[in-house]
Amino acid sequence: MDLTAFAGEVGEAGPVTISGMATRGGPVPGVRAVQPPAGIEWIQADEMTMRCGAGTPVDDVDAALAEYGQCIALPPHGTVGGALSLGHSGIRRLGYGPERDVLLQACYISDRGHVVQAGGPTVKNVSGFDLCRLLVGARGTLGFIGDVILRTRPLPADSQWFTTEVDDPFPTFARLYRPTSVLWSGSRMWVLLEGHPADVAAQAEACSLTPCSGPPELPSGSRRVVAPSAVGSVAGTFIAEVGVGIVHHADPTPDLGPIESSVTNLARRIKAEFDPSGRLNPGVVVA
Amino acid sequence: MTTSLVDDLGAALSPDRVRVGETELALYRRDASNLEGHAGAVCFPTTASEVQACVRVAVRHGRPFVARGAGTGLAGGATPLDDAILIVTTKMNRVLSVDPISRLAWVEPGVLNLDLTRAVTKHGLHFAPDPSSQQSCSIGGNVANNSGGPHCLADGVTTAHVIGLEVVLPDGEIVQLGGEEADAAGYDLRGAFVGSEGMCGIATKVCVRLTQNPPAVRTMLMDFASVEAGAQTVSAIIASGMVPAALEMMDQLCTRAVEEYIHAGLPVDAAAILLVEVAGLPNGVEADVQRIVEIGKAHGAGTVRIAQDEAERALLWKGRKNAFGAIARIKPNYYLHDTVVPRRRLPEVLKQVYEIVERHELLVMNVFHAGDGNLHPLLVFDKREPGVMDRVHAAGEEIVRVSVAAGGVLSGEHGIGLEKRDFMSLMFNAEDLDAQARLRRAFDTTGLANPNKVLPSPASCGDVQHVPEGAWI
Repeated sequence: MDLTAFAGEVGEAGPVTISGMATRGGPVPGVRAVQPPAGIEWIQADEMTMRCGAGTPVDDVDAALAEYGQCIALPPHGTVGGALSLGHSGIRRLGYGPERDVLLQACYISDRGHVVQAGGPTVKNVSGFDLCRLLVGARGTLGFIGDVILRTRPLPADSQWFTTEVDDPFPTFARLYRPTSVLWSGSRMWVLLEGHPADVAAQAEACSLTPCSGPPELPSGSRRVVAPSAVGSVAGTFIAEVGVGIVHHADPTPDLGPIESSVTNLARRIKAEFDPSGRLNPGVVVA
Repeated sequence: MTTSLVDDLGAALSPDRVRVGETELALYRRDASNLEGHAGAVCFPTTASEVQACVRVAVRHGRPFVARGAGTGLAGGATPLDDAILIVTTKMNRVLSVDPISRLAWVEPGVLNLDLTRAVTKHGLHFAPDPSSQQSCSIGGNVANNSGGPHCLADGVTTAHVIGLEVVLPDGEIVQLGGEEADAAGYDLRGAFVGSEGMCGIATKVCVRLTQNPPAVRTMLMDFASVEAGAQTVSAIIASGMVPAALEMMDQLCTRAVEEYIHAGLPVDAAAILLVEVAGLPNGVEADVQRIVEIGKAHGAGTVRIAQDEAERALLWKGRKNAFGAIARIKPNYYLHDTVVPRRRLPEVLKQVYEIVERHELLVMNVFHAGDGNLHPLLVFDKREPGVMDRVHAAGEEIVRVSVAAGGVLSGEHGIGLEKRDFMSLMFNAEDLDAQARLRRAFDTTGLANPNKVLPSPASCGDVQHVPEGAWI
């Protein structure tokens, strides 16, 4: 994808922010905003890869991939670039892995307005440092992603949500073989099983799970992260991702205090190397 | 070698764990590549604070330092240059904790890959990355090289299985990157560190994700009358929506060498054989086996051999994993390449590899991770033949060039190290390389952590040079 025009918009100086569909917070207010290109450039089903502009809606990508029997492990809605820049995986993370494992190559615009390629086009690649993973979750503070090559995955033959009442999710969790998602509210669990229909049915039966229409609505007060083993001790109204440790809580996030200062220093050095003048998404601090 | 540096290292560890004898230094002059350097001292720390102390001594003396695990790397990443201090992590080999419920473990970097899997087998778990060197390579080395292996087709390479790291940064500070918490706020410094080939610091603890052992596994072998037919079968399997646990290919020369070595009953008349493994729940596995056999037959597969028991499965894998031992029957020396091409380009790139090798009057055996498009052309030769090294050099460079030209990448799992440093400009322009250098500078403010690896010096950008001298086994 030709990113020359987008690079020109980002320019070489002055504060600039990037805007997608504003589903994940939107651009920095009061700052000149640019939009990355949108559109699917190609889908190579036999490579399980695709290339698209960062401004492409995730839902468009999923719809296009469905025609090839494939999907993308990004949470729905908003743009591909927005999903990657925030770096929050969806509730299928247990089975599909984190968002960062989806991004194979990113062409981004640097603080100096140059197009920079990070990563490479193939699923397997250890050529040079892994800048792609640094970009995922960086919220546009190190460069503005223009286009990406993503790893796709096959759609499962069968996909069914189940539920059951349990005070402790771990015994059932231990018995399941690679479930796609296991959610728990403190008293009820929801399980997404995918694969061959007979395997899905057999696993559900072995764990006394009842089919249900889908996952519960997630509380939106805060999205917290705890060690997976600490999920059992979360209090209040919540839905926890068992085996992952992400907790969707009804209450806002408590103040966790400052994080380890050496990591903060390292994060500052990263920002200083990639955007010394602080012009990209000014005011956004990733630490 | 100044005495005070040795004294300082001895005081930081203990004198018996700082080696400076020429015989010992010679043992550590290279990794499993043949890119040789020279170490100023070899240190064997046992704790993170000892690693920290070594690093601080190195920085105080302005001396480069190089981390080394088991030394099985193939790209010269752990070769000490300029009398660097070699910091060997093999004595840090404890599995610190295993959480079988959350399927995580904290380990020290010197734990061997297969030892980790053995330590968690009782919980029905394993560590998914399985390089062919898994009996002897260390987790720290896997982290440094972002190692792969046959079973990374379905489960991903090392970075997908390492969630947290304790790292001694080049300035001596100890930090934790990532951790047990998923999607924690902040940059993915863990992700940036994995695969950084010892140039961003030294990992002293690693938190790994463990994978459930599959309830059902089926391994099958298919043979083909042409390499193209085998390669097309690989593409067709993936395009049909299946991701087998492993999908490996061997060409005829390799198959013959392996068969003479292990007597597994391999089809030595076939041009290519495919080893396919499917793992998971029983119904899905059986359905996939049926579809894979159908796809193979549609592409002209001759016989299809499905392992009937664990012993037969182990025998089929033994053939794959011991391929490199078998080549000694053909020629005494080999050079193993590692590039990746899009799966759909496999037939034409393999054809080019054969042409290149023939033109240079060499022999090549291909045994590789076909499912990933990860080629491992193995040039076999006798280095006593006059002029052979020049031909091996030239053929190797051409193979790298045709792989990248086909839309591939320089390395799938061995890393860049010294071996491919000067090829980086085939894939990245000056801006791209500058961004990688910035990442490195943020981590290493001293410039002393394994310098002169991975990134070509700015002067050589855009000017591909030959692989450094001595790059041959």
